[in-house]
Amino acid sequence: MEFGPHLILAMLEGLVQASVLTLTALGLSLVFGVMRVVNVAHGEFFMLGAVFAYAITDWLTGSAAVGFLAALIIAPLLVAALAVVCDRMILRRLDYDPERTIVATIGILYVLQQVTLMTYGPDAHPVTPPFNQRLAIPWFEFTDTGLEFYFPWGLSTTSYKLFVIAAACVAGLGIWILMARSKLGLILRATQLDRETAQAFGIPVERVYAFVFGLGAAIAALGAVLVVPIQQAHYLMGGDPLLLSFIVVIIGGLGSLRGTVVAAILIGMSNGVISVFFTPTLAKILATLLVAFVLVYRPAGLFGTKVA
Amino acid sequence: MAIKKYLDVQPTRRNVLTGLAATGAATALPGFTPYVQAQSAAPIRIGFQVHRTGIGAAYGRWYDRTTTAAAKVINDAGGINGRPVEIIAEDDGTDPKRGAEVIEKFTTHHKADIAFGTLFSHVVIGSAPRAGELKMPYFVVSEGHHVASGMLNRYTLQPGITDVKSQVQAMAPFVADNLGKKVTMIFPDFAFGHDHRDYFSAAVEAQGGEVVAKIAIPPTETSFTKYFPKIPRNTDVIYHVMVGPAVLTFVKEMGEFFGSSRPEIFGFIDSLEAVDLKTPGLEFLEGTYFWEGNPRYAQANQSEHDKFYRAAVGVDQNGASVSDGKDVSTYAHMFGCWETLHIIKAGMEASGYQGPSDRAKLIEAVEAMTNMPLSQAHPQGAKMFNGKTHQVFGHQYITQVKGGRLELAHTTSIEDTMYPDEVDYTSQSF
Repeated sequence: MEFGPHLILAMLEGLVQASVLTLTALGLSLVFGVMRVVNVAHGEFFMLGAVFAYAITDWLTGSAAVGFLAALIIAPLLVAALAVVCDRMILRRLDYDPERTIVATIGILYVLQQVTLMTYGPDAHPVTPPFNQRLAIPWFEFTDTGLEFYFPWGLSTTSYKLFVIAAACVAGLGIWILMARSKLGLILRATQLDRETAQAFGIPVERVYAFVFGLGAAIAALGAVLVVPIQQAHYLMGGDPLLLSFIVVIIGGLGSLRGTVVAAILIGMSNGVISVFFTPTLAKILATLLVAFVLVYRPAGLFGTKVA
Repeated sequence: MAIKKYLDVQPTRRNVLTGLAATGAATALPGFTPYVQAQSAAPIRIGFQVHRTGIGAAYGRWYDRTTTAAAKVINDAGGINGRPVEIIAEDDGTDPKRGAEVIEKFTTHHKADIAFGTLFSHVVIGSAPRAGELKMPYFVVSEGHHVASGMLNRYTLQPGITDVKSQVQAMAPFVADNLGKKVTMIFPDFAFGHDHRDYFSAAVEAQGGEVVAKIAIPPTETSFTKYFPKIPRNTDVIYHVMVGPAVLTFVKEMGEFFGSSRPEIFGFIDSLEAVDLKTPGLEFLEGTYFWEGNPRYAQANQSEHDKFYRAAVGVDQNGASVSDGKDVSTYAHMFGCWETLHIIKAGMEASGYQGPSDRAKLIEAVEAMTNMPLSQAHPQGAKMFNGKTHQVFGHQYITQVKGGRLELAHTTSIEDTMYPDEVDYTSQSF
C-alpha cells in the first residue's frame, strides 16, 4: 500500500481505538479522581458491558438496530447497578482505604471474570452491528493528465466505525457537561477536592461514592457496547482495556479528565499508527516506555496535580 | 525472628503422620511395584487434557464431545481387553504451564494409565517434556510438526491427526496451479503458525511460486484491519490460517478490507472452525477455497463410517450440533480424538496392556502400526503411521464455498503428504 492511503487507514483505525479508550479511561479516571480508588476490576466492567450487549441482542431477535439500541441503554445500567452493589458491599466496608481497595478490586476482577466463564461460557460471540456499510475512500495521484482520483485497494472504513467515533465524542461531551456545568458535577468536584469539608457542607459523601463507582463502570460498559460489533464479546476481553486505561490515566494525570482525554487520543492514535506501520507489540512497548518517562520526569502526569 | 520461629518447631504428631503417608505413597508409585498387576476388571483410566477455557475453548468443547462419544462406542463394544474405559478430563486452560501440571496430576493424583488429548501446539510443547520425565504415554491430537520434527520424546505420539508440514506440502501444488503463484501468508504468531510459515513457503517455492509477504498475528489479537495494509498489491492469493476467539472478526475484517476486489483466497478452516459460514459478513468467501482435515458438510460421497461417526458425536449434515444448529463443530480437527482413542485401544490389545508397568509395551505396539484402512475406527479416511517419527499421514481435503456450503473440490493422496523422516524415536530408550 502507498504511504498516503496507508496513513489514512492507520489514522482511522487509531481514531476508533482512541474513542473507545477515551471512554474506558474516563471511567477509571473518574473513580480515581473522586474516590481515590484504583479500580483494578475496571476492565471486567468493560467486559460485562460487551457480554450483556450480546445477551440483550441475542434475546431481542428482531431487528439488529432495535437490539443494539436496547443494549446501548440497558447494558451500562446493569453494569452500573452491579458496580454500586460492589461499592456498598465491599469498598465501603474497607473505608475506601487505598491499599485495601486495590486488593479488593483484584478480587472483584477474578469473581466477575470467573462467574462470566461459568455462565456465559468460554466462547467469543459476535453482535451484529445495527448498520455496516463499507465506505471506500478515494485517493489522488498526479499523473500526466493532472490530478486524478482513484480508490486504492483496502482504503476503506465502515459506517459503523464512524458511528463509534461520533458516539464516543457525544458521550465524552456529556461527561464534561455533567462534571463542569451541572449541580451534580459541582458535588462530585467538591467531594474530589476535600471529602471532609464536603461532608461538613451536607454532601452525602457515601452516596456520591456509590454513584461515581457506578458511573465509572457504566462509562466503560458503554465503550464496550460500542466496540462489541467490531470485536466480539469474550470473557477475557477486559485485560487489554484495563492496561491501556492505566497507561492513559498515568500519562494524563490521575483524576484529570482533560488529561485523560488528551492521553487517550495520543495513545489510541499512536497505537493505531504504530501497529499499522510497524507491529502492535512495538506500539505497546512504546506506550509502556512513555509511562516510564512520565513517571520519572512528571510523576503527576501531563495534566495532573500532586496527590496529597 | 520469623525464621528462628520456624526452626524451633517441634515435630507434631500430625506432621510425622503426613511424612509417613508421603513415604507410603512414594513406595506405591508404579516403578516401585515389585509384582506384576493381576488381570483386573478395573477401568482403564485415560487422562484427557482438554482446552475447557482460554483461547482454545471452542476446540476443547468439541474434542470433549468427540472423546466422550468414542469412549461410549468403545465401551459399548466391550471396552479394551475386556475392561471399561474411563475418561478423566482436566482443563489445561490452553496454557502450557497448566498443561504440564495437568500431566503431572494425571500421573500422581488420578493414577491414569495414559494421557491423551490436547490441540494447541504451545500446550503440547509445554507438556510433553513432563510426560517424558514421568514416563507417561502422551497421545496428542495437535497437528503441529513438533512430534515428527524430533523436538519431543519417545512417550509423545500423534497417531490420529496429520501434521501441518504434510498438510501444507499437499496444499501447495493446488494453490500454485489453480489460484496463483504470488502468495501472501497470514498466520498466528506461535509454533503452529510458524510451521505453516516455514513449510508452506518451502513447498510453494518448490512449485515455482513465491511467498511475497508473511504476516504474523498474535493469537490473542482482537482487531485485524491494521495488519491488512501489509498485503502487497501484486498478491495473487491470500493464504490465511488463524486461531483464537477472534477468528470470525479476522475473516470479516478481511472481507471489509478487500470490498468487491478481492484476490484469490485459500484458507485453513482453522480460521472459521466453530463458526457458522452463514454469519453476516462472510458472503465474500463465496468461491474461495479451504483446507479441511475432514469436510464439515456431509459430502455426496459420504462414507458409511462418516455417517456413523457423525451420528455418534451428535453432528448434523451441516457440521453443527444436532441439538443446536448454531453450535458449529470443529469438524476438521476433532476426528483426531476419535481415531486416537481407537488406536489406543488397538495398541493396548496388541500389547496385552495390564497396567502402568506395560506402558513401554503399549508404545512399542503403536510404533509397530502401519496401515490404518478407512473404517469405523478411522472415519476421516485411510492413514499410514510412521512408528519412527510417531506421526500419522493421511488424505487432505480441499473444499470450495458454494452457496454458503463447503463442497469437496479435491482430495490429496497420502503420498502427497509424505516427507523424509527427521527423527527415529525408536532409537531412544524408555
